[in-house]
Amino acid sequence: MSTLLELKNIGYAYHSLHGETVALRDISFQVRQGEFVAIVGPSGCGKSTLLSIIAGLLSPEQGTIAVNNPDGSLHYPKVGYMLQRDHLFEWRTVYRNAILGLEIHRHLTPEKLDAVDRLFVEYGLEKFRDKRPSELSGGMKQRAALIRTLALDPQLLLLDEPFSALDYQTRLMVSADICRLIRAAGKTMLIITHDLSEAISLADRVIVLSGRPATVKTEIEIKLTIKDESPLAARNAPEFQQYFNRLWEVLTHGT
Amino acid sequence: MGHDSKKELTRQEEFVKNHRRHHHMIASWRTILFLFFLALWEMSARLGWIDSFFFSSPWRVALCFVEQFKSNHLLTHIGVTLYETIASFLLVLGLSLLVSTLLWYFPKLAEILEPYLVILNSLPKSALAPLFIVWLGTGSTTIIVAGISVAIFGSIISFYTGFQQVDPEKITLIYTLGGHRRDAFFKVVLPGSVPILLSTAKVNIGLALVGVIIGEFLAARRGLGYLIIYGSQVFQLDMVITSILVLCIIALAFYKSIQFIEHQIKIRFKM
Repeated sequence: MSTLLELKNIGYAYHSLHGETVALRDISFQVRQGEFVAIVGPSGCGKSTLLSIIAGLLSPEQGTIAVNNPDGSLHYPKVGYMLQRDHLFEWRTVYRNAILGLEIHRHLTPEKLDAVDRLFVEYGLEKFRDKRPSELSGGMKQRAALIRTLALDPQLLLLDEPFSALDYQTRLMVSADICRLIRAAGKTMLIITHDLSEAISLADRVIVLSGRPATVKTEIEIKLTIKDESPLAARNAPEFQQYFNRLWEVLTHGT
Repeated sequence: MGHDSKKELTRQEEFVKNHRRHHHMIASWRTILFLFFLALWEMSARLGWIDSFFFSSPWRVALCFVEQFKSNHLLTHIGVTLYETIASFLLVLGLSLLVSTLLWYFPKLAEILEPYLVILNSLPKSALAPLFIVWLGTGSTTIIVAGISVAIFGSIISFYTGFQQVDPEKITLIYTLGGHRRDAFFKVVLPGSVPILLSTAKVNIGLALVGVIIGEFLAARRGLGYLIIYGSQVFQLDMVITSILVLCIIALAFYKSIQFIEHQIKIRFKM
């Protein structure tokens, strides 16, 4: 599989009058086309900073980042970013929330809108098109937010501790649901989480970051015997506990 | 089962009935209080408890109202005050929206101007009125400028504060969708600030009226403010009190219209 995203020696520091705080140091890794990669690390280690850099919201102070578009450009909209909360706007209907990205890019072409319509049908939201976001359940809101992201047809989806605003049970269901939809859409995914079980059940590969300043501690390929099952079933795989223990070991004791 | 649902229904009906009764009670007490006040006032004047030359009476106010109305003066004065108030209200709304938008677009400008805005906002604006008279003469322009000066700085500060209170993550969302600052403003900041725009508008219409009346006190030949000052100078207290009552009605009408517009917008955006 071809490489979609390549980070080389990324470094970033926050500056204040009291001095500089190095958030990221010498981070290098690759993400292949169609791969699901999870990034775990201690809280406050700079995971979100890393995602903001990949999304193009921040520019790295050191290192290079390449998003491999077919046309070789480093263009930004090809990366879709899902924030911690859905942030659907209450003053818009669900449908008008979903086409927000297209509206911003002035891409409200019939083909793009057709694609959005198809996603509404596919995700079982067509009855809720003209409803307000507050009338949807937590899971439906996340689906609507996913349509908003997918409408721009990104190659790489970034998820920053998604669904963390939801309660535990809903979160299990919704994260499994959303990841299944992203796989079905044939996208590549990079997800940040602090939940090791979530990382193992969703991802093909887990990248472990150290505490601040964050560096890559290790990368662990996840191969579960009940692959292609739902992420909920994946938690019952015999290897699950071993992966969990290994990640826990790395996180708490270094390599 | 059927019995239960019937019982539910009667409870619901009872609730609705209680709700209506409550509203009737409030409305009737409001009316009773008003009529009682009028009666007490009229009686005090008639029985000589108060001097109706200074305190007037409902009857004298009614006579004065009819007389002023017939001579066609009152309508002109009301019209002038209404025009000046609405003009300064709309100008305040437009100008403060423009300025606060600029401040949001250029945070450095906001930082530079902040102390000036604070000083201008806390300054008693009536102190400026004599300057406006010297600069602009005694006409509608001066009055409208006085009306604007009372409301505008507070309005700019409210709008700008409202813009800043918008969830920064929602703005990040716009950037993650590839939008720019302009998109952030029109898609998030402005629609997200509608409640603050409406509540500020409610305050502004009152302040504009205050400014216009102050202006008319000092520099007008027409308008209710002029009528009040003129009436007090020639000891026509009936005229003064009639004008004040008309002002009460105008203030109420303004407030109700803004409330109506607010309601319409809330229905429109299902807020």
